[in-house]
Amino acid sequence: MMRIVFPLGLAMGLLASAPTLALDTTRLPEKDVQFSFDGPFGTYDQAALQRGFQVYKEVCSACHSLDHVAFHDLDEPGGLGFTEAQAKAIAAGYKIPADPNDKGDIVDDKGNRLTRPGILADKFPPPYPNEEAARANNDGNLPPDLSMVVKAREGGAHYVYSIVTGFHMTPPKGFTVTSGKYYNPYFEGWNIGMPPPLVANAVTYSDGTKATVEQEAHDVATFLTWASDPKMEERKRIGFGALVFLVALAGLLFMSYRKVWADLH
Amino acid sequence: MSGQSTYTPKSGLEKWIDQRLPLPRLMHDTMTTFPTPRNLNIWYTFGGILTFCLGVQIITGIVLAMHYVANADLAFDSVESIMRDVNYGWLIRYIHSTGASMFFLAVYIHMFRGLYYGSYKAPRELIWIIGVLIYVLMMATAFFGYVLPWGQMSFWGATVITSLFSSIDQIVPHLGTAITTWLWGGFAVDDATLNRFFSLHYLLPFIIAGVVGLHIWALHVPGNNNPLGIDVKSPQDTVPFHPYYTVKDAFYLCCFVFVFAVFVFFAPDFFGNPDNAIKANPLVTPPDIVPEWYLLPFYAMLRSIPQKLLGVLVLVGSLVTLIFIPWLDTSRVRSCRFRPLMKQFFWAFGVDCLLLGYCGSQSVDAVAFGIPLVWAARLGTLYYFAYFWVIMPIVGLIETPKKLPASIAQSVLGEPAAAPAE
Amino acid sequence: MNPSAAVLAMSSTEVDLAPVAVGQQVVVKWRGHPLFVRHRTPKEIAEAKAVAVSDLPDPVARNANLPDNAPATDANREIKPEWLILVGVCTHLGCTPTAFEGDYGGWLCHCHGSQYDTAGRIRKGPAPQNLAVPPHSFLSNTRIKVG
Repeated sequence: MMRIVFPLGLAMGLLASAPTLALDTTRLPEKDVQFSFDGPFGTYDQAALQRGFQVYKEVCSACHSLDHVAFHDLDEPGGLGFTEAQAKAIAAGYKIPADPNDKGDIVDDKGNRLTRPGILADKFPPPYPNEEAARANNDGNLPPDLSMVVKAREGGAHYVYSIVTGFHMTPPKGFTVTSGKYYNPYFEGWNIGMPPPLVANAVTYSDGTKATVEQEAHDVATFLTWASDPKMEERKRIGFGALVFLVALAGLLFMSYRKVWADLH
Repeated sequence: MSGQSTYTPKSGLEKWIDQRLPLPRLMHDTMTTFPTPRNLNIWYTFGGILTFCLGVQIITGIVLAMHYVANADLAFDSVESIMRDVNYGWLIRYIHSTGASMFFLAVYIHMFRGLYYGSYKAPRELIWIIGVLIYVLMMATAFFGYVLPWGQMSFWGATVITSLFSSIDQIVPHLGTAITTWLWGGFAVDDATLNRFFSLHYLLPFIIAGVVGLHIWALHVPGNNNPLGIDVKSPQDTVPFHPYYTVKDAFYLCCFVFVFAVFVFFAPDFFGNPDNAIKANPLVTPPDIVPEWYLLPFYAMLRSIPQKLLGVLVLVGSLVTLIFIPWLDTSRVRSCRFRPLMKQFFWAFGVDCLLLGYCGSQSVDAVAFGIPLVWAARLGTLYYFAYFWVIMPIVGLIETPKKLPASIAQSVLGEPAAAPAE
Repeated sequence: MNPSAAVLAMSSTEVDLAPVAVGQQVVVKWRGHPLFVRHRTPKEIAEAKAVAVSDLPDPVARNANLPDNAPATDANREIKPEWLILVGVCTHLGCTPTAFEGDYGGWLCHCHGSQYDTAGRIRKGPAPQNLAVPPHSFLSNTRIKVG
């Protein structure tokens, strides 16, 4: 008993006498923002997906890989709405490490890795060849892969949106930002290794939408949700049919059940 | 009730088969004419639902195994390939992962039914014990299965639970470490571990299927218990399994599948943990390591004991305790419908399991209403053991049960001078 | 089911100490974990020896070459005083601590702020245990075998 009471009393005494308490650096709850894909009937806004892809391509892909997404996913139904030709063109714009040539070379005379244009079967190539290179180019931080980030974070798309729009805030008194990190209260511990990634007009949207930071964030969060869950629309569509079928079947079975048992009572 | 078979083969073919392998006879006797108490309610449909769940898991599992790669470098990516590239792979995977949760939901309802109606009491003790064996096999299967996607939670959950065996070092020096190394196939959870977990995960469901066969066989000797807990006294107390219970089970199964479908199609990641969408990294430990929800109460009991070996013994003890229930309960009345005092403790036990589950889901140093949750977990663990080792024996002796009805038929058909069932 | 020959072959690593200058640390991979090989300066050795075991949050040596209850004196943390061989996994949540940082000159774990001294013992922060000393032996003055 004393072993519990004494330290407890000591702790309470210390707390009462301490002039400054440790700051609770739990992350803020995600921002309340609407997405087209929310809810059981939500779908992906194709225009937002394409704009978000543009943000990923022109801003995020400098540091973040998209390992699980292949170029052929860009023209699949329920997704970005590109045609096969458009997806092929996007793929061809990327340089993929080439297979050995007839001489067995994989590097050219200057030691550079030989490459070939991407094809539909390829996945998006990562910006860095390995973790060590990624860390060396980012002050020791490892930019995580984004192809599943919406599934891999509590709060999903809302979390991603909150993070990328959560910079440029003033830290509260008593909080010192770790050197080399940035203040972002939506990130656990408030110190994030990523510098603010978005600025207004970082991209020029081809559909003329105004590229505010919020718009860019909203679009890239939509795109990244699709990257994590490309089958969402198909899943909800089939689900709706399945539930209707099951309700009808349940109704029929219920009536059969009552009929079979009717003679017993 | 096992007794004389009433099957008469009608055609020449039926006679020929019956003389060589009497499977149609078996089907007839166990699933068609089998005399079943006429008063079984919704809680009695979960046995059939569980068989359905096992079938679903085996079928979806076999299809997944056609595409899954059990290698530490490739496993995670192979699961993503199933989700994105394999035709309806996302559906098969989600049915399998949601199916595991539905399987456990059904087994908990099934077990609580057994506790409430005294289905473990003589002469059904072995059905109960075989059921405990099935439950433990399910837990092992689910544990191995969760490791296979090789996400952060897969890896670290495997590390935490397999490391528990090293606590045996405190009983026999070096034996625990030797066992853990043997389990791992290496010096930490790694590729060797993943491969053998895949092998075992594929094997155990078929062992479960065999044990389920024993479970049903053991059931068919005395026949089903019923909500009144009183024995079948005459043929008026029973109805043939078909069509009465085939249609009733079909209806409730359909309702169950509806709930299943809601999760699969509209909340497929509901039971999951976001950390498992990150590839396993032996160098980065997630801040909170938690198992799937159905293992949380046991996780809470394990963590509530600060000493590693004692925590393991409590965990093992919590499962071994279940085996002794048929002898711990001293009541001569089976069903809690007629046990007003035991009923209260039963519901408290249910709440206790939910409380333990909640404690298991929170981090070790979590605090609620100013009290560290670990103290709630300790109280919860205490009640868990007290329910079986103290309350069951004592309440059975001191309780005054309500008057039992004369027979099932009388209770259902409401003849005069019958005590009404609740 | 015991570790296969391939696993066992990977379980042992030899490290050449000659290239590691005084005051330097080298990180190698051992059994999938980072391994710190640190060539301590006389000052670092003296600082580590001056600490009373009773001042340490974790008084146990955590040395695989010694019994489990050996105290965490500096002498119990290595074979030769100038060579500190440690498993580079923070005992809190598994991050890799950074050498030559922190108030004690040992290691600082940037993840949650655990600080280790020049004998790799936890001094401040949430980590519960000292950095583990793996089983190792000297094959010669300039070569060790770990595991």
